[in-house]
Amino acid sequence: MQNSGTLKVTTPSEREIALTRVFDAPRHLVFEAWTKPELVKRWLYGPDDWRLAVCEMDLRVGGATRFVWRHGDGKEMGMSGVFRQIAPPDRLVFTEIWDQDWTGGEALNTIAFTEHAGKTTLTQTVLYASRSARDGALQTGMERGAAVSYDRLAELLKS
Amino acid sequence: MIETLQALAEPNRFHIVELLREGPRPVGDMAHRLGLRQPQVSKHLRVLSDAGLVDVRVDAQRRIYALRPAPLKELEVWIATYRRIWEGNFQRLDSVLEGLKAKEKKRGRTRR
Repeated sequence: MQNSGTLKVTTPSEREIALTRVFDAPRHLVFEAWTKPELVKRWLYGPDDWRLAVCEMDLRVGGATRFVWRHGDGKEMGMSGVFRQIAPPDRLVFTEIWDQDWTGGEALNTIAFTEHAGKTTLTQTVLYASRSARDGALQTGMERGAAVSYDRLAELLKS
Repeated sequence: MIETLQALAEPNRFHIVELLREGPRPVGDMAHRLGLRQPQVSKHLRVLSDAGLVDVRVDAQRRIYALRPAPLKELEVWIATYRRIWEGNFQRLDSVLEGLKAKEKKRGRTRR
């Protein structure tokens, strides 16, 4: 049986990070939750104290995306991209580039939705321009996460 | 962190670290197992040592290498933090989906 709720983080190649997670919902709904800005805003905002202030998705091939995350202290992080493939309900492909460009160029985001017995496996793969770009993205995750979860980090270090 | 990743990114060095996970080993033994020449293995071990990934002790004529867990632990914490951000996102996505499912069910009922 698929174990919903368990997130798997893997690095399928030296330029990629893949996230796999099972959701207890049919894939057309997972696809919807990933492509309707008013829904995306409700979940895609990283650690506490951040919110997805701007979420624009022009859902057609060649259409633009714009995401801006804003922290409680006013700090912002923006990311833009372009849709490359939209195949509801099984696939979504878009480019992404951060305003600060800490990933050394554009990355390609592929989200695959597969359904089995009413549950959806979501696999989100980001292909970075280079290995150092990929490592930089992981590092950014570390910094953002660390900023708000020192307590939990300390717990981990103790174990 | 970058140093750890760079050290591990080279396939032979990665294999050396994998071998050392089973316990400390002399250079000659690793060279034999990896099918490499001893000077090559020594060169890789130097990089691993500079990155803090291995320790060496001299036992009679032999140099015995052992893994140092600290940088790997650091790597683990680092990936765990990345994971936690997405775990948070996906837990919220779970509740969004619950809402969508309930709405769809209601719509289905109204249609009937």
